Amino acid sequence: MSFFGVDCVKKNERELERKLCANDREYNLSFKYATNAIKTSKYNPFTFLPLNLFEQFQRIANAYFLFLLVLQVIPQISSLSWFTTVVPLVLVLTVTAAKDATDDINRHRSDNQVNNRKVQVLIDRKLRSEKWMDVQVGDIIKLENNQFVTADLLLLSSSEPLNLVYIETAELDGETNLKVRQALTVTGDLGEDSEKLADFNGEVRCEPPNNRLDRFTGTLTYAGQKYSLDNEKILLRGCTLRNTEWCFGLVLFGGPESKLMQNCGKSTFKRTSIDRLMNVLVLCIFGFLAFMCTILAIGNCFWELNEGSQFMVFLPRQDGNNAAFSAFLTFWSYVIILNTVVPISLYVSVEIIRLGNSFYIDWDRKMYYSRNDTPAEARTTTLNEELGQIKYFLSGDVYDYTGQRLDLSEHTETVDFSFNPLADPRFMFYDHALVEAVKLENPEVHAFFRLLALCHTVMAEEKKEGELFYQAQSPDEGALVTAARNFGFVFRSRTPDSVSIVEMGQQRSYELLALLDFNNVRKRMSVIVRSPEGKLSLYCKGADTIIYERLHQSCNKLMDVTTEHLNEFAGEGLRTLALAYKDLDEEYFNQWKQRHHEASIVLDDRESKLDELYEEIEKDLLLLGATAIEDKLQDGVPQTIEQLSKADIKIWVLTGDKQETAENIGYSCNLLREEMNEVFIVSGHSPDDVRQELRNALTSMKPVEDSVLLPERTLGKGVKVLTDEVVNGEYGLVINGHSLAYALEHSMELEFLRMACMCKAVICCRVTPLQKAQVVELVKKYKQAVTLAIGDGANDVSMIKAAHIGVGISGQEGMQAVLSSDYSFAQFRFLQRLLLVHGRWSYLRMCKFLRYFFYKNFTFTFVHFWYAFFCGFSAQTVYDEWFITLYNLVYTALPVLGMSLFDQDVNDVWSFQHPQLYVPGQLNLYFSKKAFFKCALHSCYSSLVLFFIPYAAMHDTVRDDGKDVADYQSFALLTQTCLLFAVTIQLGLEMSYWTAVNTFFVLGSLAMYFAVTFTMYSNGMFLTLPSAFSFIGTARNSLNQPNIWLTVLLTSILCILPVVTYRFLFIQLCPTINDKVMFKVRRAKATPAPQPRRTRIGRTSTRRSGYAFSHAQGYGDLVTSGRFLRRPALSRSSGFAQVGRTTTIFSPMGRSAGYSPTGRPQNAKVQDVEVTSLQMYRTITNPAL
Amino acid sequence: MVKQEREIGNRPDNTAFTQQRLPAWQPMLSAGIVIPGFVLIGLAFIGIGVALFVTSRSIQVLEMDYTGVEPTSPCFRCSDPDVKNCVCNLAFNIDTLFKGPVFFYYGLSNYFQNYRKYSVSKDDDQLSGDLDNFESPSDTCSPYETVGSVPIVPCGSIANSMFNDTFKLYQIVNGNEKLVPFDGKGIAWWTDYNVKYRNPSVTPLKNAFNNTVKPISWPKPAYELDTSDAANNGFINQDFLVWMRTAALPDFRKLYRRITEGDYAKGLPAGNYTLKIAYNYPVLSFQGRKMVVFSNVSWMGGKNEFLGIAYLVVGSMCVFMSIVMLIVYAKFKFPEED
Repeated sequence: MSFFGVDCVKKNERELERKLCANDREYNLSFKYATNAIKTSKYNPFTFLPLNLFEQFQRIANAYFLFLLVLQVIPQISSLSWFTTVVPLVLVLTVTAAKDATDDINRHRSDNQVNNRKVQVLIDRKLRSEKWMDVQVGDIIKLENNQFVTADLLLLSSSEPLNLVYIETAELDGETNLKVRQALTVTGDLGEDSEKLADFNGEVRCEPPNNRLDRFTGTLTYAGQKYSLDNEKILLRGCTLRNTEWCFGLVLFGGPESKLMQNCGKSTFKRTSIDRLMNVLVLCIFGFLAFMCTILAIGNCFWELNEGSQFMVFLPRQDGNNAAFSAFLTFWSYVIILNTVVPISLYVSVEIIRLGNSFYIDWDRKMYYSRNDTPAEARTTTLNEELGQIKYFLSGDVYDYTGQRLDLSEHTETVDFSFNPLADPRFMFYDHALVEAVKLENPEVHAFFRLLALCHTVMAEEKKEGELFYQAQSPDEGALVTAARNFGFVFRSRTPDSVSIVEMGQQRSYELLALLDFNNVRKRMSVIVRSPEGKLSLYCKGADTIIYERLHQSCNKLMDVTTEHLNEFAGEGLRTLALAYKDLDEEYFNQWKQRHHEASIVLDDRESKLDELYEEIEKDLLLLGATAIEDKLQDGVPQTIEQLSKADIKIWVLTGDKQETAENIGYSCNLLREEMNEVFIVSGHSPDDVRQELRNALTSMKPVEDSVLLPERTLGKGVKVLTDEVVNGEYGLVINGHSLAYALEHSMELEFLRMACMCKAVICCRVTPLQKAQVVELVKKYKQAVTLAIGDGANDVSMIKAAHIGVGISGQEGMQAVLSSDYSFAQFRFLQRLLLVHGRWSYLRMCKFLRYFFYKNFTFTFVHFWYAFFCGFSAQTVYDEWFITLYNLVYTALPVLGMSLFDQDVNDVWSFQHPQLYVPGQLNLYFSKKAFFKCALHSCYSSLVLFFIPYAAMHDTVRDDGKDVADYQSFALLTQTCLLFAVTIQLGLEMSYWTAVNTFFVLGSLAMYFAVTFTMYSNGMFLTLPSAFSFIGTARNSLNQPNIWLTVLLTSILCILPVVTYRFLFIQLCPTINDKVMFKVRRAKATPAPQPRRTRIGRTSTRRSGYAFSHAQGYGDLVTSGRFLRRPALSRSSGFAQVGRTTTIFSPMGRSAGYSPTGRPQNAKVQDVEVTSLQMYRTITNPAL
Repeated sequence: MVKQEREIGNRPDNTAFTQQRLPAWQPMLSAGIVIPGFVLIGLAFIGIGVALFVTSRSIQVLEMDYTGVEPTSPCFRCSDPDVKNCVCNLAFNIDTLFKGPVFFYYGLSNYFQNYRKYSVSKDDDQLSGDLDNFESPSDTCSPYETVGSVPIVPCGSIANSMFNDTFKLYQIVNGNEKLVPFDGKGIAWWTDYNVKYRNPSVTPLKNAFNNTVKPISWPKPAYELDTSDAANNGFINQDFLVWMRTAALPDFRKLYRRITEGDYAKGLPAGNYTLKIAYNYPVLSFQGRKMVVFSNVSWMGGKNEFLGIAYLVVGSMCVFMSIVMLIVYAKFKFPEED
């Protein structure tokens, strides 16, 4: 786990400003700043018991049982011995305490591990290795490459030029890309000279500790000068130093005051809807308990008046004959006896079941991703059943969920790239024709690949000779450059004004004269280069429509051919680029360059002037060919989306991508479909526009009705709940970020939600992380539905935290999403298994468990209620006290646990085949107030049977030897035996999956009952403690009677008969989807072969999808500025485990096409393209952090 | 950092348990099981029901109330609480042989032996012969714990309220009263007699009861319950044991004697009988009733027609429901297609 803990230490008094002086411990100590030691643990050996108990008794169930215990020691009230409550309570407290203790021990361990890390500190003018916890504010410490930053530091100096350091902030915000920090020049001059550093006596005044990661204000006073400090000069605890040999820093905030620790506030505790329902039910049960006790108290009052007052001959009342007082005591006595309606073991069992079902997720091999050795992980163990109730599925950038393999089923031959020593060994290509064309030095083909190698903004990193890593601004670019590399046009390095490539083994350096960068209007980029031979050329790539407008007349014929291919590509859902070039005239270029220079220093309207210039030079191009890139989604994304939508889960995609990209992805992952009646696009720029667009969409979906009126029902406390509406046909909605901002405004949010909920699929593009969370909150607020958010990047964190369930895709963009998620796994497609299998089972099991648990406890308790009418409402128990103690703990615990851990209605294959099985969960069908009420009625019936059958059967009867059998003890034994049989048989009815373990638990528990009963009623037990085991001999004397067993049989059958009848008739008359599938399974006997996982979803799209390009603003400036052309790092940081995901299909056009034997475009497929962290550039232009 | 921990070999184990593939039996409520099941259960129940019913019918029971509420009742005179040492004669007639062994019960109704405060009012330690509890009885015995500061032994309401009517049965043979011998041995549970209740191992037994008083309502102390038979004296007196086994319901009967000896080992022959009742036990204050019951038993115990009838009813219901289900199944059998 990460090295920071969970809880932060709060500081009591508020610090207004922090003052510290470098190398002056005494001065700094006077402020009592926190040291760098952290403490995330809660307890120590002495405080553990009191603190933990205090915390545990804050839980309502535990407090309730403590209250019961208090009642039980009052002799006038006590109707049960104290041990009936103490035994379960102690058990529960012990289990919880043990769990808390292990958690805390782990926290202690990780604290110790972190606190004892070593760092070099400058003490007494020398660098000494010290423990982290001994570092103090004002110390100067030395960090080395790949070390964690010890505390929040002011960067003083570094090994890198310009006093730069590179840091990775994955632990802080999840972004794996490197960020740059730069020290002040004045401190940078200190270098690594420890004498100088020791003499450094700068004084820092800065803000007090806070949790803003992206902001810092302060001043440094040094040598009489004042320097302002900002975030760019601060290294935060939690970062890792990368690609920097060493650096020195001044500790500003230590340990608990560091921004990291200040930031790790309490994460909100998520509760499931079952939890909430259970809380409501428990309250209802309390009310019901009070109701029952009141009835019995009133009954007691009347009994005392009518009977009890006269029964004084044999039982005088000490406290006079006060019926009202007796009723009052009886009330509390019955609170004790009937307490089993709120069983303490319920909460424990629920936790155990959730834990077990979470383990199944961790253990699932089908959710294990071998490529990066990542199993699925249930990071929260308390939400399982909610996974079976998801109604809204909000996805972050699906764009990012891209796999890195392409299934190459059509081609089988592998091409040997050995002629090219720089080829990426993971690149596999299956068409010889194109390779031949390259080898034959076809000039067009060469130009094609040369363009790909030159015209881009990719950065190359050569860690070892021949081992190249590309950092591309978009994966597409990286793919194209990699493809060129494998065809022998290896982009090797660049400087601000040159690009070095290896062309078919020859090193060539092109002079980079201009980079006409990409933007969304231009939809193209160009480079102007001078070849080593001195030839000036312009290479341009861009969207086909844009390029076509700028082609030279002579290309018309080629254009037609290319268009044909482009259409073909588009049909396959590929994203295309057209490539073109032109040779430039030296003189013209010089003149253009002059004007370009002028334009670039104009202050106003610079953009449009530059655009004009670009426009001017990018014309009369010669078409070289086209590329097509398949946006290869991760394996199984379309299938998963399809499955989920079959399961009636509404899918919303919230992405930061451009609208076009998002739409493309929408189509390629089957979210938007050609068959949809309409895909609405909302991109208004004003509230009125947006409102109008929403209303238009609404009217076209529901033309008949008054579409302004919102169908909503009001829940208690004025919370509105939007009901679902049915519309004819399927619709999709694409909404833009800025429109979404308006749509989320209070006046419009309902309308927006209503409209969005009518659509099958919703895509919100260009949304900010905050908006993502807002959308989730909106759905949560007005829809009584469970939401699941999935994401992989730091920008999805807010959404993941806001949703009922957050899922993180691990191993893609850092760990932040995973760290804040409830479930994490490596592949998007595992989601369907998580929901349709694990979620569904968990929900099913939890609901079965709850229904059964309430049933068994209510039945148990109601028998007492009936008995009250025959024992003078005296709070006499109807069972042996030992039975009351052990009923929930021993006799019925394991069978129901077994059911809730193993039960499955149909296996996983069938669950996938019938995603509709998921629907009951969304509708809360298995456990709701109604189901609970049915349970209560059922137990009422059972308890009537269980009391009155033994009552009637034992009335005035005797044993077969004439002796007593209608005595209290025998009756108690008979009733409890009947009860145990009845609830066990009922469990058997509930259980649909009898494993050996279940059978063992069920039979074992029954056997256990008899074993324990005979032991408890044995001579030996009685002789050791006569008063506790006064039931001696009861079992022996009554269980050998045939009429006892006949009674047990009769009650058991009578209890289950109506249930079986009802269920059977129900299945026959109105079978649920589960029944149908279960019968189908039964008929099929053998499981069907699992659906081939990678069936390509055929698309007959004629839609021309967008051009293959990153849609972010170009980074040409950065590339040419040289700021980031640092020397290659020696070690590769581990955080860069990025995965590429593109397939590139080249289609060299024109004359080169003749080399293809079929005359068809030769297909090349790129596999396993390494895509490196492109965020690096992003961060620089947008130095938010 | 997280990466480093994820070393190779995170692949979960491939066991049936972890992969949730444990082999299992998946029973279903299909017509093939439910309908025949119902028929079978129904038939079996009817069979058992008939057997029980017939058996129960064959048991002879003779119940006679002797509370003496009605002025016509022979014990009316005794029911006045002021009358002491009253004996009343209950005459009755048996038409046919009352097959033996005959069990003679006394019954009480509206008597709440199961009232919680009553039923806990005893001291099991004391009754198992623990002399410490002779000195200081458990406070569960309250309000019959001590008299002043002297402990009551046996303490508690149950013991204190021990049934103390006594019965003698005479057959009228040729105008003479012929005593029907009662067998008072072995009427309590073996475990009660041998394990649960023990006299303190002090001889003579009387000495154990030094510094204690008898229960308030008792005419004589526990060690004089049966002076003729040491094995039936003190806490192991059979009548005492029977009484101490408190009843589950407010109407109950308790075994008083068995008629197994002499001429009556085969049963009570037809004829006239007189039951001489020493009427001591007050029940009228709480509208209680007292009765005596002669009964014989069968393999299923005493007479109880409920079980037999219940079995018959449930069995018939099963059969009936199976027919309903069959009709529903044939008519509505759920659609095969999806």
